[in-house]
Amino acid sequence: MPIIDPEAIVGSRITNQSLSRWLHSLPGVDKVGLEARAAALSTRSIKTTSKAWALDMAISMMDLTTLEGGDTKERVRSLCLKALTPDPHDLTTPQPAAICVYGDMVKHAKEALGKSKIQVAAVATAFPSGRASLAVKLLDTKDAVNAGADEIDMVIDRGAFLSGQYLEVYKLIQAVKKACERKDGSHAHLKVILETGELETYDNIRRASYLAMLAGADFIKTSTGKVSVNATLPTTLLMLEAVRDWYDETKIQIGVKPAGGIRTSKDAIKYLVVVKEIAGEKWLTPKYFRFGASSLLNDVLMQRQKLSTGHYSGRDYVSVD
Amino acid sequence: MFEYAPAPESKDLVKFQDSYGHFIGGKFTKPSATYQTINPATEQDLAAISHGTAKDVDAAVKAARNAYEKTWSKLDGATRGKYLYRIARIIQERARELAVAETLNNGKPIKETRDVDIPLVASWFFYYAGWADKLDYAGLGPNPAAHGVAAQIVPWNFPLMMLAWKIAPALAAGNTVVLKPAETTPLTALLFAEICQQAELPDGVVNIVTGFGDTGAMLVDHKDVNKVAFTGSTDVGRLIAKQIAGTNKKATLELGGKAANIVFEDAALDQAVEGIVNGIFFNQGHVCCAGSRLLVQESVQDVLLKKLKRRMETIRLGDPMDKNTDIGAINSKAQLTKIEKLVKQGVKEGGERWAPNCPMPKNGFWFAPTLITGVSPANTVAREEIFGPVLSVMTFRTPAEAVAKANNSPYGLSAGIWTEKGSRILKLADQLNAGVVWANTYNQFDPASPFGGFKESGYGREGGRHGLLSYLKGAN
Repeated sequence: MPIIDPEAIVGSRITNQSLSRWLHSLPGVDKVGLEARAAALSTRSIKTTSKAWALDMAISMMDLTTLEGGDTKERVRSLCLKALTPDPHDLTTPQPAAICVYGDMVKHAKEALGKSKIQVAAVATAFPSGRASLAVKLLDTKDAVNAGADEIDMVIDRGAFLSGQYLEVYKLIQAVKKACERKDGSHAHLKVILETGELETYDNIRRASYLAMLAGADFIKTSTGKVSVNATLPTTLLMLEAVRDWYDETKIQIGVKPAGGIRTSKDAIKYLVVVKEIAGEKWLTPKYFRFGASSLLNDVLMQRQKLSTGHYSGRDYVSVD
Repeated sequence: MFEYAPAPESKDLVKFQDSYGHFIGGKFTKPSATYQTINPATEQDLAAISHGTAKDVDAAVKAARNAYEKTWSKLDGATRGKYLYRIARIIQERARELAVAETLNNGKPIKETRDVDIPLVASWFFYYAGWADKLDYAGLGPNPAAHGVAAQIVPWNFPLMMLAWKIAPALAAGNTVVLKPAETTPLTALLFAEICQQAELPDGVVNIVTGFGDTGAMLVDHKDVNKVAFTGSTDVGRLIAKQIAGTNKKATLELGGKAANIVFEDAALDQAVEGIVNGIFFNQGHVCCAGSRLLVQESVQDVLLKKLKRRMETIRLGDPMDKNTDIGAINSKAQLTKIEKLVKQGVKEGGERWAPNCPMPKNGFWFAPTLITGVSPANTVAREEIFGPVLSVMTFRTPAEAVAKANNSPYGLSAGIWTEKGSRILKLADQLNAGVVWANTYNQFDPASPFGGFKESGYGREGGRHGLLSYLKGAN
């Protein structure tokens, strides 16, 4: 796999100035045009066999998430069991890609999932606000990795980004990436949450995407799910353009994870259409595209049941989690 | 692989009659001298259409004159508006049926008829319905007078939309009309005739005579016509201008175009690519204002063309009735032949042809979305209107060169500018000889906005207050 050479990409030694110059030289984003493109792709009509395919793909791309102050061992265990057997009435139902929890819940999730292929992702770095010292953020990360987390979902320092301290954000991501390393040399997969709702402009979102990719993100993720604006279709489309263009330039393939607010099968299918038509088939795999969601799974399960039986079952036929 | 399963709209939403006569004086005549109108995507017959004769044209103009003198000119504006609102609402109610009919007869994708054509048709009637009782504020002083009988000839690229652009302002201003749809796409005009009946529009206010070019020429020539409105090719526009020279007939001519879509190096490139695609591949490129000449700044040529080609690989060509189809059928065999001939000429003159690998249906008329690169302003494909999904690519180095190249055309209908620099947009819009200049967007239409060209793209404006003036005495 190719290794990133940030200095070659930026074209100079990495300083705040060179990063700033590089990020601000990226082509702008026209808001109206971007949103029109997302709206146009939303009108794709996905029926019958392609719908069945898309529903299964959506489940297998899910990071089934619980990130509540009230999370307990039992709650996490029940979510893991749901992931292992999403639909007890239909054992052909695929399993989601991962369970996403707070760091202290990693051990419970690992235990409940046993030897299954389902990954455990932990949010870290003073999630969701990211307001803590670097030392605390790194310790938070290491703690989750040591507990067995397969994936780390970190947040960037939006304050630093918005005030133009790109180098600080860059160094933070690099440091967290380093903290993801395990003793055996392997490393936990790093997803970098941009919190696009707080970056506000599409130009910012494109720049933050590039900054995260330059610093070594394996995935770029839209949101924590904890602010008022979470994943949107245009934002995800923009980030897919970023990873697509990045791959062209570096041959390194980065994943995208929209999170927060994706609740229905219809929404999920729209995202898959955008993945296919913007980034291409290469991204239509759980390895490079994930949904961060909690209530989406049940809606997809109901749609899946509808496709196989011909009628809607109702909420009582899918388990609460 | 994520393949989209077929998602066809139902053909049963519309029921055509086996044959149609003309719509004259509120009634359909007996079909006569018929020819078949077909579905260009399948080449199957849809209905038999009457080929209008001098007698038919005369009857239609007489019916229009009669309606103008006895009813329509005697109604107050609010009552005329009431009829227009009624028509607009019926169009909305029957939108799905009209979209299917338009797609079947024209070959354009159902996605476009459903989301663009028919909604715009309704909005045109709503907009001009609002003007009907406010003519005092059109800028001509109190009580401006209508011309009388308007002869209207519309093309096949947006059959019902062009009908709406013509009929809505004419009726709002108090004229009565005789409209001739294009010979290949008469069906939605005939459905519109039914809508006029449904709306109980007084007999003779709207008359539809179907037929070929000769029928249109007879209509323009008719001595009792006061106003001519034509949308179509520059060649026919010239004939019409000659025909009516020395008469009192007023004319609006909306003719061809060869618009430049200018992309600067500081443009939002991904959105510019969308604008280029929308500019030239919308409606198979059968658009008079299509952005058929891409002018790209040399410094971003490579990256832009790479992005454009990748985007073109995702365009879905095929069954126009499928909801996921982006490019439908070319409207006629004759048009397909013309496109093929011009593209061959372009390659012969040194252009490089590129098209994505897209499978073509067996029957019907099809042309893949195509780029011709390495085009110079002297080449045929840079000068002549192709009226198909073919984009000629040229480069420029400075804004002045972009303007010079963009204006170097006998046409002057529209242009596009792509830059993140607002001041450049304003300066260029001023310098471009084009009736419509879009900035960071393309092919946007709104009933409140005037549309029309310079030079060989015609004269007069349609849409907005300006479009209304074309149907009132005393303007210009």
